[in-house]
Amino acid sequence: MFSVIKNAKIWFLISGLLVAASIVSVSIWGLRLGIDFHGGTLREIEFAAQRSASEIRDGLDAAGFIAQVQEVGERSVIIKTEPLTTEEQTRLTSALREKFGDFQEHRFESIGPAIGRELLNRAYWQILLVSLGIVFYVSYSFRKINANAKHFKISPWKLGFATIIALLHDLTIPLGVFAILGHFRGVELDSLFVTALLTILGFSVHDTIVVFDRIRESTLKMPEKNLSEIIDLSVLSTMTRSINTSSTLVFIMFSSLLFGGNTIFYFVLALLIGVIAGTYSSIFIASPILYLWRKR
Amino acid sequence: MLATVAGFIVADRFGSVGMSVRLPFKLGLDLVGGTHLIYEGDLSTTASEDRDDAMNAVRSVIERRVNAFGVAEPLVQVAGDSRLIVELAGISDISAAVQEIGLTPFLEFRERNPDYIVPENEQDIDMNAAFAPTGLSGKHLKKSQILFDPQSNIPQIALEFNAEGAALFAEITKRNVGRAVAIFLDGSPISAPVVNQEITSGEAVITGQYSIEEAKELSQRLNSGALPVPIKLISQQNVGPTLGQASLHKSIISGLIGFIFVALFMIFYYRLPGFFSVIALSIYIAISLAIFKLVGVTMTLAGITGFILSVGMAVDANILVFERLKEELRLDKPRSKALEEAFKRAWSAIRDSNVSTLITVFILGYFGSSLVRGFAITLGIGIFVSMFTALTVTRTFLQLQNNLKEKANV
Repeated sequence: MFSVIKNAKIWFLISGLLVAASIVSVSIWGLRLGIDFHGGTLREIEFAAQRSASEIRDGLDAAGFIAQVQEVGERSVIIKTEPLTTEEQTRLTSALREKFGDFQEHRFESIGPAIGRELLNRAYWQILLVSLGIVFYVSYSFRKINANAKHFKISPWKLGFATIIALLHDLTIPLGVFAILGHFRGVELDSLFVTALLTILGFSVHDTIVVFDRIRESTLKMPEKNLSEIIDLSVLSTMTRSINTSSTLVFIMFSSLLFGGNTIFYFVLALLIGVIAGTYSSIFIASPILYLWRKR
Repeated sequence: MLATVAGFIVADRFGSVGMSVRLPFKLGLDLVGGTHLIYEGDLSTTASEDRDDAMNAVRSVIERRVNAFGVAEPLVQVAGDSRLIVELAGISDISAAVQEIGLTPFLEFRERNPDYIVPENEQDIDMNAAFAPTGLSGKHLKKSQILFDPQSNIPQIALEFNAEGAALFAEITKRNVGRAVAIFLDGSPISAPVVNQEITSGEAVITGQYSIEEAKELSQRLNSGALPVPIKLISQQNVGPTLGQASLHKSIISGLIGFIFVALFMIFYYRLPGFFSVIALSIYIAISLAIFKLVGVTMTLAGITGFILSVGMAVDANILVFERLKEELRLDKPRSKALEEAFKRAWSAIRDSNVSTLITVFILGYFGSSLVRGFAITLGIGIFVSMFTALTVTRTFLQLQNNLKEKANV
């Protein structure tokens, strides 16, 4: 019979490699923060005729602006700069008009450096609070798990701890993927990415709780079995549900990736990676941890 | 009996859908286009107990300026200690609006500076040095309005001072009889009439070469008042109307395609119960959309994504129940008993997992920016509604089907 416990080493190895690779990419390349977090300006403009990114970059350079220019679509570009004052912004706009003809501005964002730091701080706090909130809720909601079946030695805090490990796993992998994307494709992290991370936390624990809930039920129904059997049975009987639910989410997110437009592409991608990692961790990480911990 | 209940539930829900059609959705800035501005007030010279008052005064001044743009439902609110958020949806000329908001019309009355040595060449006169501040400024203004000079019909701006201003003005005019008193706006002189006699009425007139429009604008600006503290624009997000439209279109299409995928999957995998869950899901979507309209939730791009995701969560409750039902049936329980057990046993998992997501949603909504909050609100409403529809609607259908089957067997 399929067993999560017996093959735990394999599952941990797969996860361990992915997590290690993520940590390595984050520490080598770092995370590329967008203007949301360090301040700056971003504008998406559409010219009447096609303009190349390098042409615009050189033109702005001559006008005294250091800008990153990225082509999007046929005649549109995204131009990013360091924080600018209102006067500098006006100067940049007129320099663009003068050199490259008239254009339509589809999007403009300007964020001061102070507000960027504030948002970043807030993001850390949010992630910490959500994680703590979830662990406390898990421990609280499973507080009676030990009372009825003492010999299994599962305490609510162990469940909380296993949830945290699974959560860290699910956060690290998207961070790693975005460190790689940031290095090779220039993808930047914005507030939506933080929202994605927080949503992943919610989804991931959703899955983990369903498995734990079944373990709780099984300990009551089958006190004569040993813990590894209980965990295997519980994981197995909830696996179809986990996979089906995640599949529906994956369908929805694929549809958003393909048809949802540029603005939310990386937001949905982060969610997608997180949901897949979350499904994996709730089946193959969180439950075996409960068993391994018991052995000590 | 159950059939009636089911019929009632469905009819009731579709009733609310029908109602919601007549109400429009409230669309966010990123979908209709517009601008989101964050200003920071410089409170360094304001005493800490006066800071709230100062920020509220800034808000009301800016609100008056913003209202002049004629934008539907502009938002002007104080955030935190020294921040002011301004949102203008569907505005066409953003840069003009930003300029108008940031203006600090600073009206000032100045008198001749006796220490200033007038240069020989008239062109070299430095008006700023030649005239010294008197302490009388725009903040002493009660109101201003346009007048027309009875002889030349040239527009003028009549000023009326408050009590303190009137007293100051009387003093100034008294000591400057026969000399010029200059009126400065935003640091440059706009007129320097010679005082004929002391003015105690607290009224003054600015004459200048103004067109009617210019005079009207200046008078309006003076009326909306000077800002009590200087403000600085620290963040600006503009979305053009075409990008917003395209985003809205794309997210609706992607949501529909996602829904069709999920529906096909559920029907293919779970057959009849799957079909019931798709009906429950449609009802869920209808109720949620109705709530968004009734409560007036502002739909943003992130908000729509949150809602589309909540569809996935709504399915989860049904999948949990169906999987459980299969297990119970495998234990050879009678169908009605298995049905009851499946719902009962799936409940704790549904409850706990949804509560954990609600914790996330709550923290996102409480600490998030307005963009993130839109996502949290739609996801949160979605979770509540889905717990209801997935359980009651699907359950009603399943029981109904079961009753029909039992009747057929009898």
